[in-house]
Amino acid sequence: MIPFQYVRPKQQKAAIDALARDNNAMFIAGGTNLLDLMKRYVVVPQKLVDINQLPLHNIEQLNGGIRIGALVTNTALAEHKLIKEKYPLLSQAVVSGASAQLRNMATVGGNMMQRTRCYYFYDTALPCNKREPGTGCGALDGVNRMHAIFGFSDKCIAVHPSDMSVALAALDATVQVSGPKGERSIAFTDFHRLPGEQPEKDTNLHKNELITSVFIPDAPFARNACYLKVRERASFAFALVSVAAALDISNNSIREARLAMGGVAHKPWRLFKAEKTLKGMPVSEASFRQAAAVAMEGARAFEHNAYKIKMAPETIVHALKTAAGIV
Amino acid sequence: MRKVVMGDRLDRVEGQLKVTGVARYAAEYNLPGVAHGVLVTSSIPRGRISKIDTKAAERAPGVLAVVTHENAPEVPGYEASVNNEGSRVYGQEFRLFYDDKILHNFQPVALVVADTYERAVHGAFLVSIGYEKELHNTSLRDNLDDAFTPADQKDHKRGRPDAYKEAPVLVEQEYHTPIQVHNPMETHSTTALWEGDKKVKVYNKTQATKISQKEISKAFDLEKENVEAHSPFVGGAFGSSSRLWPQEMAAIMGAKVTGRPVKVMLMRDQVFNMVGYRPASVQYFSVGATAEGKLLGIAHHARGFTSRYEQFTERLLDPTKSMYSCPNMDTSYKLVSLDMSTPCWTRGPGETSGSFALESAMDELAYALKMDPLELRKINYAEKDPENDKPWSSNYLLQCYERGAERFGWSRRNPEPRSMREGEWLVGLGMASGIYKAARDRAEARVKLLADGSVLLRSAVADVGPGSATIFTQIAADRLGLPMEKVRFEWGNSVFPYAPGQFGSHTTASVGSAVYEVCTDLKQRLQELAVNQPGSPLYGAQAADLFFEGNTLKTKTGNASLRYADVLELHALKELEVSRESRGGPELDEFSSKSFCANFVEVRVHAATGEVRVAKVVSAVDAGKIMNHKTAESQVYGSVVWGIGIALMEEGIIDHRFGRHLNNDLADYHVPINADVPDIDVIFTDLEDPIVDPMGAKGIGEIPLIGFTAAIANAVYHATGKRITKLPITPDKLL
Repeated sequence: MIPFQYVRPKQQKAAIDALARDNNAMFIAGGTNLLDLMKRYVVVPQKLVDINQLPLHNIEQLNGGIRIGALVTNTALAEHKLIKEKYPLLSQAVVSGASAQLRNMATVGGNMMQRTRCYYFYDTALPCNKREPGTGCGALDGVNRMHAIFGFSDKCIAVHPSDMSVALAALDATVQVSGPKGERSIAFTDFHRLPGEQPEKDTNLHKNELITSVFIPDAPFARNACYLKVRERASFAFALVSVAAALDISNNSIREARLAMGGVAHKPWRLFKAEKTLKGMPVSEASFRQAAAVAMEGARAFEHNAYKIKMAPETIVHALKTAAGIV
Repeated sequence: MRKVVMGDRLDRVEGQLKVTGVARYAAEYNLPGVAHGVLVTSSIPRGRISKIDTKAAERAPGVLAVVTHENAPEVPGYEASVNNEGSRVYGQEFRLFYDDKILHNFQPVALVVADTYERAVHGAFLVSIGYEKELHNTSLRDNLDDAFTPADQKDHKRGRPDAYKEAPVLVEQEYHTPIQVHNPMETHSTTALWEGDKKVKVYNKTQATKISQKEISKAFDLEKENVEAHSPFVGGAFGSSSRLWPQEMAAIMGAKVTGRPVKVMLMRDQVFNMVGYRPASVQYFSVGATAEGKLLGIAHHARGFTSRYEQFTERLLDPTKSMYSCPNMDTSYKLVSLDMSTPCWTRGPGETSGSFALESAMDELAYALKMDPLELRKINYAEKDPENDKPWSSNYLLQCYERGAERFGWSRRNPEPRSMREGEWLVGLGMASGIYKAARDRAEARVKLLADGSVLLRSAVADVGPGSATIFTQIAADRLGLPMEKVRFEWGNSVFPYAPGQFGSHTTASVGSAVYEVCTDLKQRLQELAVNQPGSPLYGAQAADLFFEGNTLKTKTGNASLRYADVLELHALKELEVSRESRGGPELDEFSSKSFCANFVEVRVHAATGEVRVAKVVSAVDAGKIMNHKTAESQVYGSVVWGIGIALMEEGIIDHRFGRHLNNDLADYHVPINADVPDIDVIFTDLEDPIVDPMGAKGIGEIPLIGFTAAIANAVYHATGKRITKLPITPDKLL
């Protein structure tokens, strides 16, 4: 263990100040990812600011939506009555991730901030532009069966591992953050970023900003929702491909659709164009296949992940069918 | 008190200790003054260390010593010339901290010893190493042209080796299996303590205390009796703790340098390429048959790999040689030397990978013949061992087929691939046979009758999980007519009587026989003492008139009797000790002794996503007489669970550009979790083998795994019409 300072402020402002005082400080909440990264020296913070005492543990019904505190655990989120009732998609997504033990510790904010599971990122003996800019992307010409088919760059082809974030991206959530310059909100789909020339940056958070809550607007997607995750074992595995699908159906016709994919890009991959395609179409496998085809436009595979180009549209179709109840 | 009988479903004698956390494992011996050692490992696969800077580590708080090749204590055994006589692995063993050479990635290059574990980890981080890299090769498939025949191997050929080529029906296929890693829950651990310069004690994760003792005494040039190896409790081993490894050497060296007890426990990423694994294989398999399905010839050419410094060999061809009646055969086994650490025995070492090829090919042949795969196996049943023409010591494989098929409901199988479906899921039914040697080795046991009529039994044997301690207690209780509570079994210590390592499915046959026989000897001795002492109620009685009932010796004709404790009292003895060496007789050589099994598997394959889930398993096993149905069933569960892992998800992935494992943690190296494992239905023939040992038992630890991966692959073929010949069967291969 590399020695580090550890502070546990009670106030939000104190937490942000504590982070800002050190160049190499990090927030820690559940620690389910950060501790792994520290054990393997992928990150070596000199100071940890434990935010667990901040008052960010509540789920509240507001006008027009639900606010989820950044420190709500994944278990509390998935099991919350309001979430199950209004956003079953989110509940399904959360329980499809990790294990019960990890979900008991992991928080909403932490889940969003988790780093990629790319092999090359995790081993300091291997090249990785995300971990150490300029060393190259190990996965590009290496083992890349888990890697991106959308939105990658020649600097990084990693994928974001979160399931929860895929559902939140689909549900038009916004992220509330607080920093030295005050508060702001970020559309969930703009929170994570594509690697571009700076794969070391996973998100659009500014320096020393803290996620305080996530807001999900009211929406008519409670009845027809499905989070479908394809993985190599029945549980406790990252997605090969996952799909968050939610439909607003009236008279067998699709009024609105929400669709996002996980395991395919550096960020939760919202499928705006496919959603638009679905709008007004009849509920049928043919409609869903058409949307899946649109969704896959621009996909490109590497040596070992060509299967995702076949798997992803099948998963989209199956998720939509399940959401629509026509399986 | 109900009489204890061999076969009873008894709980584990150490079960309570394990579930209450009382049981101590090798790294849990917090001896006074114990220090913590952490290994620093290489980040390249081949080359040399050009510079190693330990200053920062040495100055770090709590660090007691940093051991490297530049300052390591002398290991006399490392200087000895290589002698392969009688050694299990041909070549020059790995020598820890011996020189600046790097032979594989994750090679230990330094040991940091500190007063706490956290400070040792910190110290290890501060060791800075420079390397001179050399070109390396870590890929079996890219280097097949360099394969050579290992020193201890002879190709097995019989009849006309080429006969398969002329067969009316011929199947030819290439099968691949990847690296698989044992990944026991408990990583490799040792706590070492020197008592003066000439005596060392280790609490060691090992399957073989006597091998630990022998190898440590050899390495450090110590008298054997001055090396004490304890194998207290072991959190799974599966073959990976059956030889001396760097963590043992490091702990002993660390203890020598610091003068304190030192414990070393490997981190998870360190167990993938330092302490053994199952090597990958490439297998070329051809099988030819008559139109009626009688096998005419088989050719099986297997390629595996080893390190550059040793030739580790596996028994990939063994199932092929003996499983089916087949007059003509051509086999070969070759290795490629790679810049990897030496692989080691891994549950069903060789047979597991080899049977994937054999049993997949048999399934392909059945389809080519339009014949039921079970029927094909039945008509090729071998009446004797075709490898050597010896009669079987026992073989109830046909019964395994019959009972397994019935329990499983094989008759509901529509032979057409992709013909059975449940909603979104394609349903597939597959099966495979298995064969594994039923060996027996020399073993000793010592029993001591105490004044209270209870006995203390001792053996050096390890119990790494199969339930051996329970079984031996049970055998003794059965033989001596005592309740379980009156038999105390002590194990896992090299100072106890000789036992072979707990591997190769031969612990029950070897050590169990010694226990069985030493108990018979004890009763014989008690009988002598009962009749030769004037004043004894049985004085002068004839042996033919005497019999034991429970713990009491009685006469048939009179009503005199004596309990065990009475015999001691009669002779004013505090205790009575009897030892026994046990080994199989010459009849063992006249027969071929094997365990057999038939595995039946139902899988579901998701039509859209290619995900595979195992829905049902019936494993029918001929392992002779079952010693304890509860622990025996657990052994089958273990094989089936690992079989699911090997078939569907396990693969040690190496990036050959760097010669380095990529998925060396349990998040990325997938093993089955509970939700992947269905109900497992176990059938035992439970029929005595009259040859192998006096209990009638045969080995059980490995047999259910042999052929199992093929049973899954065959079920997947039946479900989807896709023949997967390269393990693991992941969804991407089914799209």
